[in-house]
Amino acid sequence: MFAAVDYTDVQGLVRFGFGNMAEAVYLLLNVRDPQAARTWLAQAPVTTALERSPVPSTSLQIAFTWQGLEALEVPDHVVTGFSAEFLSGMAGDANRSRRLGDTGANAPSTWAWGGNGRIPHLLAMVFAEPGQLDGWLRSIQGSWYQEGFNEIGRLTTSDLGGREHFGFIDGISQPQIDWTRTRTVSANGNQLAYGNITCLGEFLLGYPNEYSRYTDRPLLDPQEANASDLPDAEDQPGKKDLGKNGTYVVFRQLRQDVRGFWQFVDEATRDAHETGYGVAEAMVGRRLEDGAPLAPLVQTQIAGVGTTGNDAKRRQDARLNQFNYADDADGMHCPFGAHVRRGNPRTPDLPGNPSGIFSQLAHMLGFGETSLHEDLAAAVRFHRVLRRGREYGPGLSPGEALQPAPTSDPERGLHFIALNANIERQFEFVQNAWMARTKFDGLTEESDPLLGNREPVQGCPFTNTFSIPQAGHVRKRLMEMPQFVTVRGGAYFFLPGIRALRYFSKAGGTAARR
Amino acid sequence: MMPQSNVLVNVPLRPEREAELRGLLASMNFVPGRVNPANALVPFEQFSQIHVARFVILDDQTTGDLQVAYGIPAPKYPLSLAFLADFDGPADAFRADLARRAGKGLEHIFSCCEGFTPGMDIAQWMKEREIASATDYVNWLGRSVGQIREEDALREALDTHLQQRPAAFAQKSPREVHAALRAFLQEEIRAGRLALTPPPATPLGWWLRNAAHLIAVPLVLLIFSPLLLLYLPFFAFQLRSREKSDPEIAPRVDPCQEKRLATIEDYDVTNQFTAMGSLKPGLFRRWTLVFLLWLLNWTTRHIYTRGQLARVGTIHFARWVFINERGRLLFASNYDGSLETYMDDFINKVGWGLNLVFSNGVGYPSSRWLVLDGAKNEQKFKYFLRRHELPTDVWYKAYPGLTAFDLKRNTLIREGIEKASLSEAELRQWVALF
Repeated sequence: MFAAVDYTDVQGLVRFGFGNMAEAVYLLLNVRDPQAARTWLAQAPVTTALERSPVPSTSLQIAFTWQGLEALEVPDHVVTGFSAEFLSGMAGDANRSRRLGDTGANAPSTWAWGGNGRIPHLLAMVFAEPGQLDGWLRSIQGSWYQEGFNEIGRLTTSDLGGREHFGFIDGISQPQIDWTRTRTVSANGNQLAYGNITCLGEFLLGYPNEYSRYTDRPLLDPQEANASDLPDAEDQPGKKDLGKNGTYVVFRQLRQDVRGFWQFVDEATRDAHETGYGVAEAMVGRRLEDGAPLAPLVQTQIAGVGTTGNDAKRRQDARLNQFNYADDADGMHCPFGAHVRRGNPRTPDLPGNPSGIFSQLAHMLGFGETSLHEDLAAAVRFHRVLRRGREYGPGLSPGEALQPAPTSDPERGLHFIALNANIERQFEFVQNAWMARTKFDGLTEESDPLLGNREPVQGCPFTNTFSIPQAGHVRKRLMEMPQFVTVRGGAYFFLPGIRALRYFSKAGGTAARR
Repeated sequence: MMPQSNVLVNVPLRPEREAELRGLLASMNFVPGRVNPANALVPFEQFSQIHVARFVILDDQTTGDLQVAYGIPAPKYPLSLAFLADFDGPADAFRADLARRAGKGLEHIFSCCEGFTPGMDIAQWMKEREIASATDYVNWLGRSVGQIREEDALREALDTHLQQRPAAFAQKSPREVHAALRAFLQEEIRAGRLALTPPPATPLGWWLRNAAHLIAVPLVLLIFSPLLLLYLPFFAFQLRSREKSDPEIAPRVDPCQEKRLATIEDYDVTNQFTAMGSLKPGLFRRWTLVFLLWLLNWTTRHIYTRGQLARVGTIHFARWVFINERGRLLFASNYDGSLETYMDDFINKVGWGLNLVFSNGVGYPSSRWLVLDGAKNEQKFKYFLRRHELPTDVWYKAYPGLTAFDLKRNTLIREGIEKASLSEAELRQWVALF
């Protein structure tokens, strides 16, 4: 029996999207005066994951890059306990940029922030109910704040009523986190059915992950300065866990070319002698109007789908998420390369739903495959992320998007925010192997229809197509798809637990005493 | 069908010429990780039979693990240069071709190694320094580089043809599509724009040896099965007692090492992987591994010959090679995707198989019953693998941009278009290949 989660030690964003707080701003901060910055941090009114009634109307969440931890004078040997990806940074390594598709127009050298030395120390995420943001900001930013930080960027957000800029409902499918710690996974067993419940350790450090292991994070000796107030490491008695109840934040500012998107879709629709939004829906994998999946719903219950909230919420989730692609093995309903299919191929560990030990054994040895694509993207449970992003810039309807752009068309896009305990295995895997990869699921010459950078790869001069399988006919293929989404900035942050945050706020003394 | 073969030449360096050798190898690349296929030393692109090839200096930094884990003084292995190639046809013909076209360059390279002086018969010299693999894996038995190129050109031509006539093809039934594309292919072949060369006859000698091997391994197993069964309980006891005490050496990877390796990765859709490590001490582990690789080799020769190694369909060529009198194991592979994908694929799909082999290596994450845990200790396993990985100095693949799945799809397209009649179900599947 595992100990219950101490919600008062978890930043609220892990548990809530703060949906009632429609206004938000992301502050990119650099430490100017470590002592003042730490004093501010010690008093910062950070919202926890504890459920409160009435629901709070404002919230503050704080995350750090490794540069930020160094600037706060957290000891080196503590900082180096964080993961290699975090310590390298989103833009810190050319190989990582290749893998993430951050090349060409997406290259970090072109970013507004996060590349070329413009890496913020801190990310302060500030949320408030409509009309309250300015007041909340003022109350947060006292004199310690002014003294402690330089604001190097202020990323505003806009509320498009639950839709993203291309017009689709956003954030429909999220993993259901096993907060109660009742999910059991065996280290060696295969999960034979796709499920949506995901171990807490995939989203919070200090808890077992889907491999039934504890993801590496900084563990401290209790004797170390200020360490005694940190939580105990569950897996290593006698150690203090700086990672516990914290997680990593992947932040990417993604500019969306909404006009380009709808103009391309409009032309492709007319070329195909069609009307309506079919082309755009094929690219996304869901209906524009209500977010319903293109893949058929299944009758059997999927674990972790339609099981939370009130009745209406449950029915809605079942209508939107009670599906996998096993019944769409040939991609006739939802193209293999559709954005949501790439983002989560909804596969179990072993394909083909084998029953009985011999059938399972045969599958494990690679026999009994019934379709060519069946086992190309397996075991999605190791590659889930929790999305908490928000839009920025003014909205544009599909109709408006077809009009000529005004001379100064404001930038619009998504502040993509993903939470995960293992950046490499979760966000980077999804981004690299599923989104950016031109060979995903047996496809070729195409990357994600929304996110792809359309850059050629060695031996493949073009990657700008999109295939739409047709029942009983040869597939349709959209050609010369332009780039719709451009990375404008980004960084990897650590979102600490509350006690870890307090530890950081005392860090300077540590260095002095050590 | 012309089966593929491979060579692995392993030769000690002359210590005083190491820097020169590294410089020579670097000169074969445009940038680290991207070979110049027309480089002056070994112009790989001139060899129509090479699938993949690499030069790698076997600079194993983990030999001290024996001392750390078991208190056994680490053997001093001289630094050596390995040349690995996988190619079509027999090794003798390949070596001769290599000497003919790249003799000068190889003289340069091998002059930095012990026992070579310019003017020697390079082919013979290499042959004398070759090491046979314990297990070889070939993604698709007998599919030659020529065939891969022809089939890729075929797919591209058919694809372009379809793309240029979307309206004409949109309404066609699979049967009509098949017929129309067959007619198009005939035309292209007549015009000399496409070719689908029929596979050559399988060499009789190879066929006989292969058939003998197919029968011999199960036969030997059958004959010795009573002994093996008798030994099994003892084996289980020996195994478990060792597994409980074998130490793990899988610390986090040094960021510099990580960077050195990552720098040369992810230029092509396929990557190389070279890793090396010492076997756990004692005869038990040694003979367990010899036996397992012997079995594994039987499955790769006779069962996993068309696109998949158990559940993994992303490996083009791989091999496991004992070196230094079975003191160390070298693993070399050519896989699709980035290393993280590859490792995840491996852990989730064939973790048991990895454990079978690599749990006999010093420091491997603890396994149980030879197949359980081990690789399923995901982070430790990844650290272990990265720690044992060697930077591959030069790596060539004859068909950049093509994954093993691409090759399979192209072959299926070819097989389908060469058949005049297919069933309705087959036609539907075939049309879906585009």
